[in-house]
Amino acid sequence: MSMWTLVVALVSALVVWYLLARQLMAQPWLADGEVGYTPDIEAFASPAKKVALFFLLAVISSLFALFFTAYMMRMNPAHGDDWLSIPKPDILWLNTVLLLASSMSMQWAKNLVNHQSGKSPLPALIIAGVFAISFLVGQLLAWQQLYNIGNLQISNPALGFFYLLTGVHGLHILGGLYVWARATIRVFMGITTPSINLSVELCTVYWHYLLVIWLVLFGLLLTT
Amino acid sequence: MAFVAIADRDHEQEHHDPHTFVSKYIWSQDHKVIAIQYGGTAVLVGLVALVLSGMMRLQLAFPDYFSFIRPNEYYQFVTMHGMIMVIYLLTALFLGGFGNYLIPLMCGARDMVFPYMNMLSFWAYLVSVIILMSSFFVPGGPTGAGWTLYPPGTILPGTPGSDMGILLMLLSLAVFIVAFTMGGLNYVTTVFQARCQGMTLMRMPLSIWGILTATVLGLLAFPALLVSAIMMIFDKTLGTSFFMPAVLSMGQALDHQGGSPILFQHLFWFFGHPEVYIVALPAFGIVSDLLSVHARKNIFGYRMMVWAIVGIGALSFVVWAHHMYVSGMNPYFGFFFATTTLIIAIPTAIKVYNWVLTLWQGNIRLNVPMLFSIGFIFTFVHGGLTGLFLGNVTVDLPLSDTYFVIGHFHMVMGVSPIMVLFGAIYHWLPKITGKMFNETLGKIHFWCTFLGTYAIYLPMHYLGILGVPRRYYAYGLSDFIPASAQSMNVGITIAALFVGVSQLLFIINIIWTLTKGKPAGSNPWEATTLEWLTPDTPPKHGNWGHNLPVVYRWAYAYSVPGAALDYITQTDPQKGGDIEEGDHGKH
Repeated sequence: MSMWTLVVALVSALVVWYLLARQLMAQPWLADGEVGYTPDIEAFASPAKKVALFFLLAVISSLFALFFTAYMMRMNPAHGDDWLSIPKPDILWLNTVLLLASSMSMQWAKNLVNHQSGKSPLPALIIAGVFAISFLVGQLLAWQQLYNIGNLQISNPALGFFYLLTGVHGLHILGGLYVWARATIRVFMGITTPSINLSVELCTVYWHYLLVIWLVLFGLLLTT
Repeated sequence: MAFVAIADRDHEQEHHDPHTFVSKYIWSQDHKVIAIQYGGTAVLVGLVALVLSGMMRLQLAFPDYFSFIRPNEYYQFVTMHGMIMVIYLLTALFLGGFGNYLIPLMCGARDMVFPYMNMLSFWAYLVSVIILMSSFFVPGGPTGAGWTLYPPGTILPGTPGSDMGILLMLLSLAVFIVAFTMGGLNYVTTVFQARCQGMTLMRMPLSIWGILTATVLGLLAFPALLVSAIMMIFDKTLGTSFFMPAVLSMGQALDHQGGSPILFQHLFWFFGHPEVYIVALPAFGIVSDLLSVHARKNIFGYRMMVWAIVGIGALSFVVWAHHMYVSGMNPYFGFFFATTTLIIAIPTAIKVYNWVLTLWQGNIRLNVPMLFSIGFIFTFVHGGLTGLFLGNVTVDLPLSDTYFVIGHFHMVMGVSPIMVLFGAIYHWLPKITGKMFNETLGKIHFWCTFLGTYAIYLPMHYLGILGVPRRYYAYGLSDFIPASAQSMNVGITIAALFVGVSQLLFIINIIWTLTKGKPAGSNPWEATTLEWLTPDTPPKHGNWGHNLPVVYRWAYAYSVPGAALDYITQTDPQKGGDIEEGDHGKH
């Protein structure tokens, strides 16, 4: 626990430090250079929505880091000696491929709007969404398969964590699908404003991020 | 390319000019209205918690005298008082209330960058409050597990509210965290993206620095509470064993196996300790501004104050286990966490010295906000010093779970932030309402609160050293507690009821201000920061009229040698009149 939380705390502190370091050295009370000087404020050259997304990803990172920490602490015999490894449904491999495909389709959509080739990103967006929804269905099937095994106890923390972590990850995908649906409908209705391009770009970042989270989570499940 | 403030760019701006009463005051997207909604709700729910504490004190002073306070109710009062005060009052009022009101005004923005999400944040907060309050009316009542909600007791029969009460509490917390995250993303993004021209980070008032850092802490720490809440809901409803060890309950073995209550404690305090600073850092920032304005002096060591805020924020993530010295965790952890805990004393002490040095040789105006600010320095130093006792493992062990702890944390994170909150409300009330409050009433309110809280919490330290345990409904026959402790409890209760009732003075003053207050003018305190320079008082929707302000200097140009007035506003373009390099010592 302490290792992981230390790492999270240090990384966030370093990020904050990096963002502020240049400006933190200012001496605003001095006569020369500072007073009367009115620099443009462009703290980040990105749109506000993009900045907010990155802060949101920081929050989600904290959430999953804490879940993973709790997972590993609970495995430790010092926190209970009742951990029984459970079988991992093979469909998880297929789901991983689906999520990867979804992420790649999103990237395709982003490339289309970025290059302004005139081609509509609609097909790419729809394919990405279909893959993401298939991923969620696949996860539910995995739950079903585990449930059908029958002799697994929910009080076994390995099983509890399996449902919990895949569930929380799935909810984040659902949240992404809500934003995806809004963007896709607007593209479908023929709206082509810069804000659509931004939506597609932000969806892509979020998709890649959830893929990374899934890969870490899947690795954790497989190795324990 | 001409400068266009980010808030004014078309594709960034969400148009939301209110037209109807409902869109103006109820489903409002204006940060000032949302701030008042947040603040009003928080104060209301805080009054509930105040009444709960009064009932606890009645039981402690006059055991078994009141038929409506039985052990179950007592524990429910304790739990709800703690949780409401920490989360639903202090966090919501500082960040949802003052964060919302001050960030756009002090940074020179027209509104938060995501007004719609800001509105959602308030309504989600309101839902969380309603869920929490509804637990008073369900069978079994609210949870009585103590605000720390430690398993396994929390969700086992025998603890009050272990069925519906605890579920509603956990659900309410989860909704609150969602609300806070929506608000928090807004605050951080607004500070970084929507400041007006010239407002560099190091020209921001310390209030904004405190609120910004506290928000970042909240965004990273609240997930720990969410994780523990979700896992506990699973343990309660689905029969998992994340936290629940093998338990015999009412003579029967439950299905739970070897879960880890200490895991919950780690998660809870990984949130719980930063939470202390989520409350304290905005208070640090705001009190710095209040002291500077009313002492007519620049804040002493501005840059060091900023670093201290950021440093305390970072350190607050590596001290959580000092709440767990008696939990049975690895004893070597205690050494590590005692060390990090004591290191926090360094930036904190820097801040205290700087506040005192700001007052030194200032032209102090001893008005109500200033009285509360100076009161804060007293109560904070007091609570901080007892923290040094509790931060050391060997001293903490005998004092753990005694009234010494109650005295300590009420001084440091109860009374101190409340002092700043009152000071801040009195300070900004003329801007929020456009009218001046009753000074005499405010001063009486201050002295009742300041002296009264000392009368409550100083004796508690003594009780704690005697070994009187906290959270006990009644002490029964305990040889080590002298009979005089009971007399002291009566005295504390009288003081507590006096302080509780004297808060009516504050409510009366607010009503007096709204009905009979004289117009305050736009800048009654002769302050330099942007919120006092709005074209209208109270500021209208959009804050700044046609043009956004342009900032030419830092926020603390008070009593500048050679200047015509004893303050120069941040938007004043005049050259000179600022502190020359190498001159610091003289001013």
